[in-house]
Amino acid sequence: MNISNQEYGELAKRVSPPSSMAKTIPMAFLIGGAICTLGEALLNMYAALGFSQDDAGALTSMSLIFLSALLTGLKLYDRIAQHAGAGTLVPITGFANSIVSPALEFKSEGFVLGLGAKMFVIAGPVLVYGISASIVYGIIYYIQTLL
Amino acid sequence: MDIFLDYLWAFLVGGALCAIGQVLIDLTKLTPARILTSYVVAGVILGALGWYEPIVDFAGGGATVPLTGFGNLLAKGVRRAVDENGLLGAFMGGFTSAAVGVSAAIFFGLLAALVFKSGSKINETS
Repeated sequence: MNISNQEYGELAKRVSPPSSMAKTIPMAFLIGGAICTLGEALLNMYAALGFSQDDAGALTSMSLIFLSALLTGLKLYDRIAQHAGAGTLVPITGFANSIVSPALEFKSEGFVLGLGAKMFVIAGPVLVYGISASIVYGIIYYIQTLL
Repeated sequence: MDIFLDYLWAFLVGGALCAIGQVLIDLTKLTPARILTSYVVAGVILGALGWYEPIVDFAGGGATVPLTGFGNLLAKGVRRAVDENGLLGAFMGGFTSAAVGVSAAIFFGLLAALVFKSGSKINETS
């Protein structure tokens, strides 16, 4: 096919995935909101089964993480993520996907330094700063209780 | 009607938290790892200030499913542990409350990596 640079630019713009904020933000809102609504449904279901609020919350996280691992393994999660952007990143399913996806991808580099180590390439920093922030807060809170 | 409102708030608040993340990605080119890390730390701070729990009360899953909810859970766990164990609790509460989520992600991640074939995820659609 013989086309000029300008034509190619227009063609590329037309076939490339939507990247304008007018599309990305509503998509993130809709899909992220849908995942949270599913979470709310699971919370209500576990509460109706008689679990305490804390346990229902933990079971909901576990269920969403399981679903995310399954969909990531089936290569469906990343396909949805191409359209959803932050909508599939910000929910806990995105955290699970950030663990499962590199685990799967780097399995070929070995079970210890491939799968085992690369699993934490994104989750690692999340835990480092999340846990550290919680420890700082714990120390501040402890000092407050002394006053 | 009440249950419908619960779901509506979960959808709107959860959607809004994700939309904020998308604005950050589009405008600042923050990487996913930075977004996730910022959300968890923001959740710890909001939880520590006591501002997140009211959102959880009316939005339910809309506030607990996004990673800010995970941060809030860390803050809650630390507060509980310090109440029970004093200063040592500061080093216990975070992991205690994160235990289920992190363990599930690690274990299901391992299972998924063992069961499914690895392959380039990008080539699938193109």
